[in-house]
Amino acid sequence: MLYESSPVAISIFASFVLAVVGLSFWLGRKGQSAKGYYAAHGEIHWFINGIAFAGDYLSAASFLGICGMIAFHGFDGFLYSIGFLAGWIVALFVIAEPIKSLGKFTFADALDAKYNSRGIKLSVAISTLVVSIFYLIPQMVGAGDLIVPLLGLPHAVGVILVGIAVTLIVVTAGMVSTTWVQFIKGSLLVFFCGVLTSMILARGLTVNTGSLEPQTRSVTPEGRVLVDGEPQTRDHDLRPVGTLAALPARYGDATTTGPLGPLEYLSVLEDSRIVTWSGKKSTDASGTHTVYTPTERAGTDLLKPGGYFKGLTTGKLADKLDFASLMLALFCGTASLPHILIRYYTVKDAAAARKSTVVGIAAIGAFYVLTLFLGLGAMTSGALDPTSTNMAAPLLAKSFSETLFAVISAIAFTTVLGTVSGLIMAGSGAVAHDLVENVLGIPMDDAEKVRCGKIAAVGLGIVAMALGILFRSFNVSFLVGWAFNIAASANLPALVMLLFWPRTTKEGIISAVTVGMLASLTWILLSADTFEKVYGLSRDASPVPFSQPGLVTIPLGFIVLIVVSLLTKAEPKGKPA
Amino acid sequence: MGWNVAEHREPGINGPGRAARIGFGLFWIYVILYFGFIALVLFRPDILSNRPFGGVNLAIASGLGLIAAALLLSVVYMVACRMVESPGGERR
Repeated sequence: MLYESSPVAISIFASFVLAVVGLSFWLGRKGQSAKGYYAAHGEIHWFINGIAFAGDYLSAASFLGICGMIAFHGFDGFLYSIGFLAGWIVALFVIAEPIKSLGKFTFADALDAKYNSRGIKLSVAISTLVVSIFYLIPQMVGAGDLIVPLLGLPHAVGVILVGIAVTLIVVTAGMVSTTWVQFIKGSLLVFFCGVLTSMILARGLTVNTGSLEPQTRSVTPEGRVLVDGEPQTRDHDLRPVGTLAALPARYGDATTTGPLGPLEYLSVLEDSRIVTWSGKKSTDASGTHTVYTPTERAGTDLLKPGGYFKGLTTGKLADKLDFASLMLALFCGTASLPHILIRYYTVKDAAAARKSTVVGIAAIGAFYVLTLFLGLGAMTSGALDPTSTNMAAPLLAKSFSETLFAVISAIAFTTVLGTVSGLIMAGSGAVAHDLVENVLGIPMDDAEKVRCGKIAAVGLGIVAMALGILFRSFNVSFLVGWAFNIAASANLPALVMLLFWPRTTKEGIISAVTVGMLASLTWILLSADTFEKVYGLSRDASPVPFSQPGLVTIPLGFIVLIVVSLLTKAEPKGKPA
Repeated sequence: MGWNVAEHREPGINGPGRAARIGFGLFWIYVILYFGFIALVLFRPDILSNRPFGGVNLAIASGLGLIAAALLLSVVYMVACRMVESPGGERR
């Protein structure tokens, strides 16, 4: 669909970006120490840090991807929410306190605290960079996706705009400004999702008698876009979709329910009939054609598992394993994400780390509950773009008012800023503190450490922009699943065994991180999903049985660590960590 | 091969290791809830279509329940840690 750019959205977004960049410059006006740049002096208040956890974690994938998945496929998007939140339990109960007491600036510090080994620092720094880059891709793609309807500018402009804003935020005041940007973003996101949810409930559900004629979008070999055979224009465009066909019988002839309570909303939706749309692609001499057709379905079908993860209903074992593997990776992945882990160094002690995690879980949990309603609200809003699942949330807002659309789009865009700045910060620490200072052994004074971190941040910003443009045609939550798989496979076995198994050796850690990372990466590159969506090959050509590697590669990391540790002699007991 | 939780706690705080043991207990409770739910999704999705709570099906109710349980357990953990770290409330 074509979108009109909204001046209100542009001004809201521009003022937000100017405000956060201005804030960054203000926070960074004093000279900085390395502890200030990398860990915000360890002086962030636990509540601020808790909301910043939410701002760091609730990425474009959470907001846009999950809403879109629920809007188009029903319940299955909520499974991502459940997995994303469950990961915090591992972070809080197992990882938070030891990582706080062992490390200083980066996750490699914590893993290496006992051994002082360059090999550990090198392997962990590389895994940090790989995970951060895989996580960055969907964020940047999301930014590009949003700029199209928001400002009417091309995808690449959105990517570059976010890249520049984030690099400025990180370079001016490092972790201090990153924290504040994430705090502001986290609060705005949860607040406005709450506002939108209450508007959905107040509107209730309404039967919509939109046209159910199939629609075709074609791209000719010359690159012209046709809708139902005619050139695409503002007046001749794909119709918005996603409607309610019938209310439950108890409403009789009424076409609208009026305001509903949250549980009432869910239960009425279950008894309603809903029209969802799906596209089918074909190619011939006149170009590529996607035909979108409607299906009327019972609410009960949409609100049970199996709409997106088809394997849950086909009964094929490989598909079931694929799903189990994803849910395991989401559970284990959160506590292994470098940009989340570094946030534990910004508070003063273990008690503060604990309190901020609880605040984080509360904010993130509330957000995911709201997302369920946003997704279902979008499903029946009659405003969905059949070509883009990622636009569901902003278009839902548009079905209420243009101003709300502007606000939600601006917030979605800033969502990207918060998460990307955290990722660039984690990558900058890995390059400057772990690689340059500790692995290459280049001595640096405090000011040089900060300068080196800033140079790394600029470099990472440029890499992020390039990747955001290259990977533009992906569903964003799909990619985040990859990042979680790699993080969980590379980092979690090393982290857990180091903390709880005294016979772990440095060789064990190095090999677990390296094998976990390479195995999960190789598996992903060979998976059916990648064959189909990246290389454009047949799914059947893939040599691996299912797409998500976690179920195999997470245990593999543990086994490699145990075997290698037992084979290598434990070093004489050093100082206790 | 022994699992030694206490070893990596900083000494000096009252009850080192006890906080970690509480954390572990709560962790396993959640593991059972979470993977129990995943098992239902995988093997008995028909159960999740039941609607015992006023029209909301079990799939959604248990999803919301898992989110609420995460928050509840984390609060329990925070309070329990504060109690073991300050016997008699003498901390600070």
